[in-house]
Amino acid sequence: MNVPRYWRSERTRYGLVGEICRSCGKPIFPPRDVCPHCTDEGQDVHPFGGKGQVYSFSTVYDAPAGYTEYQPYTVALIKLDEGPLVTAQLTDVDNEAVHIGMPVEMVTRKIKEEGENGLIIYGYKFRPVLESKSSRPDRF
Amino acid sequence: MREVSIIGIGQTQVGEIWERSLRDLAVDAIRAALKDAHLERVDALYVGNMLSGECIAQQHLGVLIADWAGLGPIEAVKVEAADASGAAALRMGYLAVASGVHDYVLVCGVEKVTDVDAETANAAWSSAMDAEYEAFQGVTMPALAGLLMRRYMHEFGVAREDFAPFAVTAHANGANNPYAMFRSPITAEAYAKAGMVAEPISMFDAAPLCDGAAAVVLCPRERAADLSNKPVHIRASAVATDRLAVHSRRDPLFLQAAYLSAQKAYLQAGVSPQDVDLFELHDAFTILAAMSLEACGFAERGKAVHLAKEGGIACNGRIPISTMGGLKARGHPIGATGVYQIVELALQLRGEAGANQIDCRLGMAQSLGGSGATAITHILEA
Ligand SMILES: [Zn+2]
Repeated sequence: MNVPRYWRSERTRYGLVGEICRSCGKPIFPPRDVCPHCTDEGQDVHPFGGKGQVYSFSTVYDAPAGYTEYQPYTVALIKLDEGPLVTAQLTDVDNEAVHIGMPVEMVTRKIKEEGENGLIIYGYKFRPVLESKSSRPDRF
Repeated sequence: MREVSIIGIGQTQVGEIWERSLRDLAVDAIRAALKDAHLERVDALYVGNMLSGECIAQQHLGVLIADWAGLGPIEAVKVEAADASGAAALRMGYLAVASGVHDYVLVCGVEKVTDVDAETANAAWSSAMDAEYEAFQGVTMPALAGLLMRRYMHEFGVAREDFAPFAVTAHANGANNPYAMFRSPITAEAYAKAGMVAEPISMFDAAPLCDGAAAVVLCPRERAADLSNKPVHIRASAVATDRLAVHSRRDPLFLQAAYLSAQKAYLQAGVSPQDVDLFELHDAFTILAAMSLEACGFAERGKAVHLAKEGGIACNGRIPISTMGGLKARGHPIGATGVYQIVELALQLRGEAGANQIDCRLGMAQSLGGSGATAITHILEA
């Protein structure tokens, strides 16, 4: 795998940087050139706060090539406080303790090693927040 | 637009077919379909396949298979739409005949995944998702289904055990299909104790990735009766799509593409769900079977598990599904699956389905790509 594939999206993956649509005002993650809500093309860069809650989760016991050393691991859909859903691995967590509605926050972690020279690829994962300050618990 | 009929069907054994290569499997299915149609030549070949590049380092399948099947220098291309590749190839064949561009068309779905190890096949299958924002995080296809199933259980107040009837029914039906990968019935108790693949998805919630090929021959309806004494007519063919990534969908628990393609198909055929006698749906996972039934109007939101529990999906139920085992028991040779569904519907409509025969006139097949981002629906009539 070539390095440009990864540095191209570093800002998005390290810092959870998305966009706000200039036309409809909706938050967008991951960032894209055409707004998925109104199809206009103008967006402003918007770093997300990185806080959210677990919308759903699944613990993987049968990992694909490249991820087998981490299994079992839990992947989740995270409902960000700003609105969008993000797909991410959970980290620093007991797989048994994960539950829908659990408050989580974004951290940057190693995602995998790739290729013969062991290129280490980093990206966002989410870990539990101990003190629950997340809003809208009624949504869950 | 002309009406289109199916005048020939062919399929190979589904499973780990170590002694046959991808091209061998495709040729076997094609020769069987041509023989069934009493034809030797066709005008075009559309091949449905997803993973030949990743699993056997072979692309350019259209010409490879036309060449090895002895079809001559005809139009031949591969069509890819993840798990729905076979149904997408049928869609292309349908359009070619309906439009009047071609008169006789072969559609072949084929997949060969057991030439690589399971981790590699699993990783390749993940390319049906958003590679950068889903698969990158180590999400597998079973894990994606697990995310949907867990949320479904949470929102609709159902337990994992409530999904057992989907697996039990599929295996009961597969037991009577000589081409199926799994021919042994399973019990709800066995389902409850099954090992986890991506919790809450167990090995009995997930269809097995495997090898296989299926083929059908199409022609204009006005010529079908001359060539076949049991032609099956394509009353509707419809495709719809949704956001690729589950996290981008408005409501992850509603298969919008499945809904839209079914609605388009009902409109084209002039029928409603009540008119459909059987439904070959995309049970790559039990949760997808439930969500497909709901999206296509056979159950209300959150109620498909109750329909299944009451026996509504069995061969003698209100809407039989997976009548020859479905993806779960017949097996899921990914790019071939959409064509297997059509072959099995044709067997039912021709009255050749053996022990699982249903008294039927109108059947529907729906193939999903990935977790439902592509949905392709066909309605067939005897
Ligand atoms: Zn917008």
